[in-house]
Amino acid sequence: MSTSLLLLIIVVIGFIAFFAGRARSFAQSGGKLANLHSLPGYHGSYVVIWATLPAVLVLAAWLIASPFYIDSAVRSALPDSVQSQGAATVQLALGQVKSVALGLDRLSAADIAAIENGSANLRETLAAKGVALAGEGEHYMVAAAQQFNSMRLYSRWLMSAVVLIVSVAGGFYAIRNIAIRFRARNQVERVILASLIVASSIAILTTIGIIGSMLSEAGRFFSMVSPTEFFFGTVWDPRFAAAGNEGASGQFGLLPLLGGTIYIAFVAMLFAVPIGLFAAIYMAEYASPRLRSTAKPLLEVLAGIPTIVYGFFALVTVGPFLRDISTQLNGLITGNYQNFIQAQSVVTAGIVMGIMLIPFVSSLSDDIITQVPRALRDGSLGLGATRSETVKKVILPAALPGIVGALLLTASRAVGETMIVVLAAGVAARMQLNPFEPMTTVTVKIVHQLTGDLEFTSPQTLVAFALGITLFVITLCLNIYALYIVRKYREQYE
Amino acid sequence: MSEAAVEKALDQKMNTVPYKMIGKDVSVYYGEKRALFDVNLNIRENTVTALIGPSGCGKSTFLRTLNRMNDTIENCRVSGKITLDEDDIYDPSIDVVELRARVGMVFQKPNPFPKSIYDNVSYGPRIHGLARTKAELDETVETSLQKAGLWNEVKDRLHEPGTGLSGGQQQRLCIARAVAVSPEVILMDEPCSALDPIATAKVEELIHELRANFTIVIVTHSMQQAARVSQRTAMFHLGNLVEENDTDKMFTNPDDQRTQDYIMGRFG
Repeated sequence: MSTSLLLLIIVVIGFIAFFAGRARSFAQSGGKLANLHSLPGYHGSYVVIWATLPAVLVLAAWLIASPFYIDSAVRSALPDSVQSQGAATVQLALGQVKSVALGLDRLSAADIAAIENGSANLRETLAAKGVALAGEGEHYMVAAAQQFNSMRLYSRWLMSAVVLIVSVAGGFYAIRNIAIRFRARNQVERVILASLIVASSIAILTTIGIIGSMLSEAGRFFSMVSPTEFFFGTVWDPRFAAAGNEGASGQFGLLPLLGGTIYIAFVAMLFAVPIGLFAAIYMAEYASPRLRSTAKPLLEVLAGIPTIVYGFFALVTVGPFLRDISTQLNGLITGNYQNFIQAQSVVTAGIVMGIMLIPFVSSLSDDIITQVPRALRDGSLGLGATRSETVKKVILPAALPGIVGALLLTASRAVGETMIVVLAAGVAARMQLNPFEPMTTVTVKIVHQLTGDLEFTSPQTLVAFALGITLFVITLCLNIYALYIVRKYREQYE
Repeated sequence: MSEAAVEKALDQKMNTVPYKMIGKDVSVYYGEKRALFDVNLNIRENTVTALIGPSGCGKSTFLRTLNRMNDTIENCRVSGKITLDEDDIYDPSIDVVELRARVGMVFQKPNPFPKSIYDNVSYGPRIHGLARTKAELDETVETSLQKAGLWNEVKDRLHEPGTGLSGGQQQRLCIARAVAVSPEVILMDEPCSALDPIATAKVEELIHELRANFTIVIVTHSMQQAARVSQRTAMFHLGNLVEENDTDKMFTNPDDQRTQDYIMGRFG
């Protein structure tokens, strides 16, 4: 019985269980629902939970555990000649056995007999039936494959039986429990609580898992390249890990990348903060509700544009435009028609990233500004202050901590942004201050180091994890600090 | 002459006191809904005028028309004519910011800015350029706090946040803030409704003293408060002005049956 069919049967049992539980509680109540502690629906749900949840858990456990058990059984049945050659060979043989097992169904009894007495080649026979085998194949493999197949079949039937028994038994147990004063409602509530906890812990555990994997890979990198060289090196030149010169290791200086990241993020913030903040002030303080209700979603649409699209925009529009305009400007002033802004430059990336960040700044700031109590506005206006005086002297100071928090959150986005800089900033890892020249960022280099055919043993690839963890720590610190500030601000008005 | 006798003499001269503000046929609409119906109410100079009436009767709405705070409410429209010393305050040539400097306002809930006590009081003088030097500003802050009866309580902590004061102190700080702009009229919208009885008594005493220099219009839900602090009382009901009279007469022998009923607690 296949797993999906089994699940379908469990669902059907669940349906039946629901109506059975509900009907039983109806019967127990003697026609008066008020007699029941819980509504019949809760009794039904309670029975459903017992009929499905344990069965599904057993199913999941079985599906995870049985391959391990079967593998180890088949492995121990392999001939000693194979066993003695070490784990790698055993693993290889096991893989072949599994391939043979897959093809075994397609072979006739005569084929199998021919293979076993050596008159037919295993590999050729299987290839004729459309199953590719990695190695030549040995005679013992047919027997092992047969064992493997039979164990799998047996396991599957046993699993189906056990799961169905658990399901039905759970359902009956729950139905027996139903009584007038039985607190089905509380039991259901507890299951809901548990499922909510499981859902939230998955998110947290995933984060921990990501950090763990990055840390371990970064650890491998730091065993090859010293942390001082990485964190304080000023030259980024990782070289290629070409065949034949695995020993050749480049220089992995973080500083040019970090410098580029911060520089580009700074230019982007320089562009996004005034525009976003002014837009937010207009939306929150001046715009009529009708204008606000159309303009605000429109502005937020910008936030929904995939960043790669901004990347195109930078690559085909903003970059060439800046390059051409700089050519003209230079020509007008010095007579020398030479562009002083490169098409891929810090400015290009900064401006386009700034455009991307405007909706974040304006939307977050708008929320914070509208949170400032109306009483403060009235107080200021009532003293004869104009709107802009009110904004400047009362509302912005009151909202400032929150706005700073919002800006920090935005900055952490700017630091982590990838696609725009990949297309707009260039790949030259240089430390320089001219915003019209290309520079590169941490994220761009991660993309570069992880593009193409990879082997996760050389520092050239592993450096991506060290870069990743560095970036992660930076944005994490920014976010924590931002949340701290925002929370501190919230306490003032609530 | 005793203080009470002076009061009495003042009250008797009430009918000869000139008008500071004149409201003629004032109507207010919130969108389609009409909140005030042709109210004719005049505010006398250096007098406390109390506006009373059940909730939703339009007394706060009328108060807010006097310094055009209704302008800040979406969909609010005012018709009729209101003058302040002969100037039509709804005339397009009138600068609303200037008007609000002449007609200050104290709100229902104390709303000090999240700034220091000093900055709260100096806010108005600063934006209107009323003090040329730091010394002048210091003096304005001190006299305003003294007028609001708060100076002795806060003089040692002028640079602590105004939000750290107690509710009653905060409200007196807001009064000091309004006074610092040297307005001609001060509007108070239920200034004591968020305060405890002791703080209320202090604010009422303060209103009494402010009367010498300012014209005061106060909205209140408390009949006793209206009787205690005001010389003239206006009764609103369902957006109409029911009766306007000397406070003494209003609370002893009102002309209108509805006023009688409201004061006796039969509705409201």
